[in-house]
Amino acid sequence: MKLKSIDALNELQAQSLKLLETRRIMDSAGSEKTQGPVRHVMVCGGPGCHSSGSPGIAQRLEEELNRLELSEQIKVFQPGCFGFCEKGPMIQIFPDNVTYCEVSSEDVTTIVEEHFLQGKIVEHLLFMDPETKERFAQSIPFYNGQLRIALRNVGYIAPENILEYIAADGYQALSKVLFSMKPFEVIDVLKQSGLRGRGGAGFPTGSKWEFTRKSPADQRYIICNADEGDPGAFMDRSVLEGDPHSVLEAMLIAGAAIGASEGYIYVRAEYPAAIHRLKIAIEQAREYGLLGKGILGSDFSFEIELKYGAGAFVCGEETALIHSIEGARGEPSVKPPFPAQKGLWGKPTCVNNVETLANIPPIILKGAEWFSNIGTEKSKGTKVFALAGKVNNVGLVEVPMGTTLRQIIFDIGGGIKQHKTFKAAQTGGPSGGCIPTKYLDSPIDYESLAAIGSMMGSGGLIVLDEDDCMVNIAKYFLEFTMDESCGRCTACRVGTKRLHEILEKITDGKGTLEDLDNMERLCHIIKDTALCGLGQSAPNPILSTLKYFREEYIAHVVDKTCPAGVCKSLLKYEITDKCVGCSLCVKKCPMHCITGTTKKRHVIDQERCLKCGACMEQCRVVGAIICH
Amino acid sequence: MCEAGTPNQFAQKLDNFIDGLTHKKENLIAVLHHAQEIYGYLPDNVQWHIAQKLDIPSATVYGVVSFYSFFTMIPRGEHVVNVCTGTACFVRGAEKLKEELESQLKIKAGETTPDNLFTLETLRCVGACGLAPVMIVDGKVHGRMQKPQDINEVLAKYRSEG
Repeated sequence: MKLKSIDALNELQAQSLKLLETRRIMDSAGSEKTQGPVRHVMVCGGPGCHSSGSPGIAQRLEEELNRLELSEQIKVFQPGCFGFCEKGPMIQIFPDNVTYCEVSSEDVTTIVEEHFLQGKIVEHLLFMDPETKERFAQSIPFYNGQLRIALRNVGYIAPENILEYIAADGYQALSKVLFSMKPFEVIDVLKQSGLRGRGGAGFPTGSKWEFTRKSPADQRYIICNADEGDPGAFMDRSVLEGDPHSVLEAMLIAGAAIGASEGYIYVRAEYPAAIHRLKIAIEQAREYGLLGKGILGSDFSFEIELKYGAGAFVCGEETALIHSIEGARGEPSVKPPFPAQKGLWGKPTCVNNVETLANIPPIILKGAEWFSNIGTEKSKGTKVFALAGKVNNVGLVEVPMGTTLRQIIFDIGGGIKQHKTFKAAQTGGPSGGCIPTKYLDSPIDYESLAAIGSMMGSGGLIVLDEDDCMVNIAKYFLEFTMDESCGRCTACRVGTKRLHEILEKITDGKGTLEDLDNMERLCHIIKDTALCGLGQSAPNPILSTLKYFREEYIAHVVDKTCPAGVCKSLLKYEITDKCVGCSLCVKKCPMHCITGTTKKRHVIDQERCLKCGACMEQCRVVGAIICH
Repeated sequence: MCEAGTPNQFAQKLDNFIDGLTHKKENLIAVLHHAQEIYGYLPDNVQWHIAQKLDIPSATVYGVVSFYSFFTMIPRGEHVVNVCTGTACFVRGAEKLKEELESQLKIKAGETTPDNLFTLETLRCVGACGLAPVMIVDGKVHGRMQKPQDINEVLAKYRSEG
């Protein structure tokens, strides 16, 4: 059914509203309505829950409900990510507004019997605060302090049904742009809103659109950068899987504003589920006349094509990405000319990140002022973070700009795992840096993160604790950038290799103080001379750890110890006089380098010891084998 | 990891895909994705064939194949075991998991077992950070892989499938 006018869209929305009615009851602040005529069971289909078996749970639920002939009254959906990955698989029941955590397929019968048939809440599946032991059916602390704009529909609507998106005000922003706004007005709204690119660098989106529009050309292109290569980041993936239409709608808006009739989504081949959802979304949008010629009866035409990445981190850089779409090696080129002047096939091209795009429809609908009231002076709106690492509540978090790290890690994230001590937060992935404890209370935005030697990046936020060696973390990221360096410029290709070599030397216990100075100097040379943003930011993990954790580097090169006990070459296993001579370690040692007679203290041959730690794992006497 | 069929059927399938494209050269990466799906890997003769069909130098094809880590020029085993080496998995013990897999499979990352059953590889982040450290076998994610016996159990399941 092709929608040929704004009225047709509005009519379809009015008809579709009933799809979300059951779920909307939640919005009216936790009304105690437990016996609706229809119930919706939302089984989280986010990457984490999906991996831990949520599709099986949804299937079991459907089977069970079919068996009891309840499938008319109780409907099962698999929306996108709920965000609270730590407690997955999660399910949410509406209108009851009850959330169950860590559900297994064995729990399905209990939920059906107790919740649906007997009408009582299954207590043991509710979220339990680890400290107070209090159970929560709703208002789980993880969600307090969060504000969902980019993720507004993720986990709420069924992503494979365009009608649910339309019911949730979908494509209304597009119709506003097409029928009651001029292109420059759209660009003005974006500029006034203060929206900045969420992919890393934070360039003002409105200005990017304006530059592209002002470049004279017969054809312009819109590209959605969905090449989320940052290790430990899954925000874009969650948007693509949970709300693909919001990205399509934003690309259409961009097309109308910039004067482009073609768009590409460059998505990682490693995200098959996202590709699947995008394909469905594009097909449905075409079916409803929201893509193609004469959209909604206007004279605006737009087509979107999917392009797959092939596993190259550098393709997240816009010029490299453009070369990859053209079918070539994804190597960056020198800017200027910027893609806004000369991009895909030599035409003006606007490249926007997934999360940036997902913010656009609400900005158009609610206005620039609404958006610019959220956030800090120079960073407006919200930011999605993939919170992971040594934190209790791993998950997807969307918070207003200016929220502090402490709020994210301790209030939302529930603090550090196993009550260990917080050491640092790594933001910005391989281009970012490590933020030490003293900055826990500084508000996060583009400027403040840059000022403390890190960067916003795409939104990966990895929490590190006392057991993490900062030299090793820096080495990890350099190994990454060394691997992923495209090889185009010497500074990055050779520079990252040399940096990695020095870090290896240090973690092997062969480093000197001179190495630290050389490394620091090389870092600055690479920063100044690398061709693209990725090369220029590659030394950041080293520079930030050198700045805040220099004493750890010193311990490695001067004292030849690894304070966190991570760098193997610097460890020494020893058997103390507490040893009872049980010989368990002797049997487990892969090198057979532990000797001693039964019931007498054993000895490790340090020359041959691999430092695998197998002896310590086996030992039953506390303190008999020590590692230092 | 590759489709079933005879070499002729493979070639036919690939040719049909290429013939159906309006822009040929620009779709080199899409063609390579398709070819790898059919053959499981991209041997010299397939690259050569693609170069001729798209009317581009074979050096260009090789240049693209060798640039992107998703493409492989060596055949993989029946099951591809990937260790996620994303940051979240890294800080929760991905290195140990990789070493354990290397010792259980008796191969190094990047290699295939002599019986051609398993290929061990690493990849960056599958977005299942809540389950770190994770291993991925044929696209299926197995989470919280910290104990050697858990890893062994997963491998055993695929071994029994053959």
